[in-house]
This record gives sequence, structure tokens and C-alpha cells, in this order.
Amino acid sequence: METDPRDPGRAADVRERAVIDRSAREVVLLWYGSSVFWLLLGSMLALVTSIKLHTPGFLADWEWLTFGRVRPAHLNTVIYGWASMSGVGTLLWLMARLCKIRLPWREGLILAGIYWNAMVAIGTFQILVGNGTSIEWLEFPWWVSIPLGVVFLVLIALTVKMLRTRREKHLYVSQWYLFGATIWFPFLYVAATVLIHSPAATGVAKATANWWFAHNVLGLWLTPIGLASAYYFIPKVLGRPIHSYYLSIIGFWSLALFYNWAGTHHLIGGPLPAWLVTVGTVGSMMMFVPVITVAVNHHLTMAGHFSKMRFSPTLRFIVFGAMSYTVVSVQGSLTALRMVNEVGHFTHYTIAHAHLGVYSFYSMIAFGSMYYVMPRLVEREWVSSRLIKIHFWACAVGMIMYWVGLSFGGWIQGLMMNNPDVPFMDVVQRMIPYLWSRSIAGTLMTIGHVSFAILVWKMIRREGAWLVEPTLFVTRKDAREAANASHLPAPATGGHAS
Amino acid sequence: MNRVSLIALGVLATVIASLFGLVLIPNFQLESMGPRSIQQPDGSTAVYPAELDSYLEAPGREVYRDLGCVYCHSQQVRPEGFGADIERGWGARRSVPRDYVLQSPPFMGTMRTGPDLANIADRQPSQEWHYLHLYDPRITSPGSVMPSFKFLFDTTVGEAPRAPLGFPMIPLPETYVDEPTWIVPTERGRALIAYLGTLRQPFEMEEVQ
Ligand code: HEC
Repeated sequence: METDPRDPGRAADVRERAVIDRSAREVVLLWYGSSVFWLLLGSMLALVTSIKLHTPGFLADWEWLTFGRVRPAHLNTVIYGWASMSGVGTLLWLMARLCKIRLPWREGLILAGIYWNAMVAIGTFQILVGNGTSIEWLEFPWWVSIPLGVVFLVLIALTVKMLRTRREKHLYVSQWYLFGATIWFPFLYVAATVLIHSPAATGVAKATANWWFAHNVLGLWLTPIGLASAYYFIPKVLGRPIHSYYLSIIGFWSLALFYNWAGTHHLIGGPLPAWLVTVGTVGSMMMFVPVITVAVNHHLTMAGHFSKMRFSPTLRFIVFGAMSYTVVSVQGSLTALRMVNEVGHFTHYTIAHAHLGVYSFYSMIAFGSMYYVMPRLVEREWVSSRLIKIHFWACAVGMIMYWVGLSFGGWIQGLMMNNPDVPFMDVVQRMIPYLWSRSIAGTLMTIGHVSFAILVWKMIRREGAWLVEPTLFVTRKDAREAANASHLPAPATGGHAS
Repeated sequence: MNRVSLIALGVLATVIASLFGLVLIPNFQLESMGPRSIQQPDGSTAVYPAELDSYLEAPGREVYRDLGCVYCHSQQVRPEGFGADIERGWGARRSVPRDYVLQSPPFMGTMRTGPDLANIADRQPSQEWHYLHLYDPRITSPGSVMPSFKFLFDTTVGEAPRAPLGFPMIPLPETYVDEPTWIVPTERGRALIAYLGTLRQPFEMEEVQ
């Protein structure tokens, strides 16, 4: 929003926002800070996992670091540590801002954060000592996952309370998504854990419960938070409203209706009743509806303003993420087609796809959100725009390399496996260069994460300059000149006010 | 009813619908399915699938879970005309729901860094092969990227050890070691290989529509 701090009405708004931000400070910093810790640990585990796949002798003698344990340890730390904790941080801040109220229950939320950290730590430890469940995305023992899901009752109660006491009557689409996410996640997590660990479901129904859950962790937990953030920050940074309110509501309900049903496409060709696989494929195709509505809406909001990505770190990360959302969703729907699935299933192609979702889409948006939120919480600036640049380029280039290498490699792997004349060992050997490319890509991404962690550390220690205007990639003057040259208003990334 | 309760209701309704559709209804459809007795060509009857024994096979399945073999190996054979699972000799027929009725949870897997193991008991009956392979896959399969599981063995160099009753003692190939070396699996190693010995999906089985 274009703000003139001298306008008295605006000045009151500025003060009000500062009060809300201050109320969220400790809580959100705790969830954010913890998420960055898990991001670093998750990246280390990822590198170990990746290297083991082309150099099996690496750290091979330690049972607790065997491939089949570090791989799930990586997945669970990044999903429940990094992605979920950064998501909750953004969720709390956005809810307070959009409801225009101070964040309630601060002590409780700090306790919940500590509890969440403890549970993720215990769960990861249990995987490494051999008590993981070997059920993908649900590897924590049930006595860790149930308490993790149950603590969400606090978040549901909190969001309900915030929505009921909100001072801004209009419900923005971000609030819909966030509220949906807080209800969906605990329901999924607890229901899936109970069904899989109790006799309530038997045989292959446990496998469908597994994929109903695993697909929806992305679809009904991380996706809504990512979209809520994109819906908030893109218009905020650009200083113009979202293109269409109605499209955003259609996008929300079609996501709620269709995403749920797509999970069984992970089991195509498997030993299921035939109709179940058909349902999964239809659900995947219907996903074109929410995806296209969101893509159109964001694109039309951005149209004519893409040049602002040069200046604003928040915008750059979030637009990268929002574009990845379109790509990953289209790819996901296509993967449910039999002829694509026949080749891509059981290969690294799927792994590439999963990272396009959780990393390229969700995590890039989470980074962008944190670049916006943290300075407003701490009232200090990011210490270095160079480190932000390193962060962006290392992660963006790393991610693209990751995706291209493994998608391509995985496709070849699938074609070779589907040709019975090719000995299996040839497939194994053929994959090695692609697996190396993944380790290099992963190293790049880890470099990005370390830069980010340094920035966050210095931010929390308040080493930045007092917040006067946001850190941009170029100086304010360059930006203004560039903007004048293209007849655009000066970058409206906003000062403290927005 | 206000806006907030309306959203909450809609959100819950959609996810509950899919829980029914994708998990509870299929479970209802398959629940009554259990092991079946089958007349074999020689006149005897076999029960399929059979329970794992609680002495070695069931603990072996726990080792399979604990070491995360599922992240590289699937246990499901796709139908003819969809992939080349049957042509590769990974099974004589596609896998069907009945194959999994006793497995809690089934390790169907989603990744094939290594070959499918649904029928490994028939494909590789040699225990000795399995022990050497598990100790270091490069012994039996040069170029393999499967991790070695040396921690599932006791190793003795020089003189042949005395293995406890029922535990095999296997010499490592001379090309692999300088001095004569023997390996004896630990309890867990032996259990794991016993479990692999149960992995087969035999007989003609009906598909479920
Ligand atoms: C990092 C991936 C990986 C993990 C983890 C892994 N394997 Fe393997 N496995 C392979 C590869 C690759 C092959 C094919 C080359 C070979 O024979 O070693 C293979 C082959 C096999 C074979 C021979 C299959 C055949 O058709 O000849 C068996 C049996 C086997 N693995 C069992 C296991 C068991 C049991 C575990 C868990 C303790 C396990 N594997 C864990 C990758 C893996």
C-alpha cells in the first residue's frame, strides 16, 4: 500500500500494526527460529541420504545412519520441523494482522512451540534408533504422532477465537485457507495414525490410508498455508489488490473438494480395487480447476509488475514459489495418467516431483514470508542483501538442477525398467550420474540455507540497523531510477507501514 | 449460522467425505477377505496367505521395517501390460488385495532403487547368497548401490568360529578378503533372511473390481 507517513489516519494504522506485530514477536520468533534449526538439520540428513545413493560406502558402518533410517529422518524433520513450524509462525502472524487484533494466548503458544520441538526431536531420534514405522510420511511412532496432532486443538481453538473477536469484518481469502489448514492437518494426522496402527483398517486399506494422508499433508496443510501467504504478500508488496475475489473463493472450495481424492494415484497399478484408482485419477484431473484459478488470479495481479521482483526479496521468493505451484500441480495431475504413471512410478521422477511441491513451491514461499515478517517483529533490518542474494540464487539454481536432473534421470530409469531386456544392474549403473547431480544440487541448496540461517540468527540478535525501510536488492535510488525509466511507481515495498 | 462456522463445516465435510471414499469404504469392501485354503496339484491343501511364525519370520519383518528396506524395494507386482514386472520375473501374476490381508501394515513401497521383492523367496532361494549379499551387496552384485548391513553379522578373522546352534557360518570369498574370514549372522540378521524366505505370492487369485 502506498503510504505517506505524514497522513494522520495512516499514522494511526501504522501504530496499530506495530502493536499487533509486537504482540506476536516472541511467539512467532520461536516458531520461525525453530523451523530454521530443523531446516539445517534436515539439509544435513538430506545430503547424507543423497550421497549414500551413489557412494554406498559412505558412513556405512553405523546402523543408525543406514540409508533406510536417514531418509525418513530427513523427510520428517523437514515436514514436521521446518515446513510445519515455519507455517505455524506465518499462520499466527497473518491471522493477527488480518483480524486486526493482538495475538492472544502468547504463553500457551510458546509452550506449544517448545512441546512441538520436543516431539519432532523425539520422533526423529526414534527413527534413527530403529523405531520408525516405515510408513511413508508417518514414520514417527504412534505415541509421537498422536500427541503432535492433538496439540493442534489449541491452534483450532485459537483461530476460532481470533476469527470471532476479529475487528476487521471482511474475511480475506488467506484467512479461509489458514482456518481450513488448522482443521485439516490434525484431522488427517490423527485419523491416519489411528487407522494404520489399529485394526480399524486392514491390509491394503492401510496403504490407502497412508496415501490419503501423505498426499493431503501437502494438499491440505502446506498448500493452504503457502497459498494464504502468496495471496497476502503479493498484493501487499505490489500495493495493489488481488485481481479477483470470486476466483479466489472458487479456488478455495475446489481445492477443498478435489485435492482429498487424488491420493490413490500413488498406488496406480497396485493391488487395489480397480474403482479406487479411477477415483484417484479423476480427483487428480479435477485439480486443474483450483490450480488454474489460482494461477490466473496471481498472474493477473502480478501482470505489468514483474520487474519489481528485482527489488523485493519477498516478492522474488514468493513469485518463484507461486509459479512452481502451477508447474507442480499440472505435473501432478499428468502423473496420474496411466501412461505417465507407468513410467514415472517407482522412480526418482516421483522424488523430483515431491521436491517441486514441498521445496520449490512451499519452502520458497515460506522464505519469502519470513523475509517480510521478521523485520517487522524485531524492528531491525536484514543485515546483508548479499546474503539474501546468495540464499535466493543457491536455492533457486539448486532446486532447478535437482528437478531437471532427477526428472530426466527418473524417466530414463522408468523406461529402462519397463524394458525387460535391460538387466536391472544396468539401470542401477545408469542412475549414478543423476544421483550425483542431486548431491551437487543439494549442496547448493544447503549453502542457501546456511546463508539464511546466518541472516535469521543476526536478526534475532538484533544486529541489523533500525527498521526504516526494507532491505532491497538494490539501493533505493537505483530502484527509483529504474522505476522511472519504465514509468512505474517507485517500489512500493513499503516501509514499516505496510 | 455465521461465516466462520460455515467454513469449518465445509472444510470438515470435504475431508470426511474423502476419508470415507478412499479408506473406509474400501476397507468395508475388503474387510471380510481373509486367508483361503487352496487345493494343490498333489492333493494337499494349503492356506494362503499363511501367518508368519513368531520365532523368526515375524521378528524378521520388524527388522525389515526398522532398517527401512521399503525405501528402495517395493513388494507389489503390477499387471501384465502395465510396466514389465512380470516379464522381469518379479512375479507370475499381478498382486491382489488378498496377498496383503495379514500384513499390518503392508510394505507395498513406492520406490524401486532395487528390484521388487514380492516373490524374492522363489527367485533367490539360496540363504547363503542372501547372507553374503546382506553383508556387502558388492560381493554378489558388483556395482550395487544397496547399503551393506555388516552390523547384522559377527566377523571372525583367522580361525573358523563356532557358530551357535542354528546359525550358519559363512566364509567370505577369497577375492573379497586377504585373510580367511567367516561371518555369522546375529539374531536379527538371521530373522531378516527368514522373513525374506516367506515373500512369495503364489496361486491364481481373483482381482477386485
Ligand atoms: C539404497 C537402496 C537399498 C536399500 C536401502 C536396500 N536395498 Fe536391497 N537392493 C538394492 C539394489 C540397488 C539392488 C540390486 C542390486 C543388488 O542385487 O544388490 C538390491 C537387491 C536386493 C536383493 C536381491 C534382489 C534380486 O532380485 O536379486 C535383495 C534380496 C535385497 N536387495 C534385500 C534388501 C533388504 C532385506 C534390505 C533392508 C535390510 C534392502 N535390500 C535395502 C537397493 C537397496
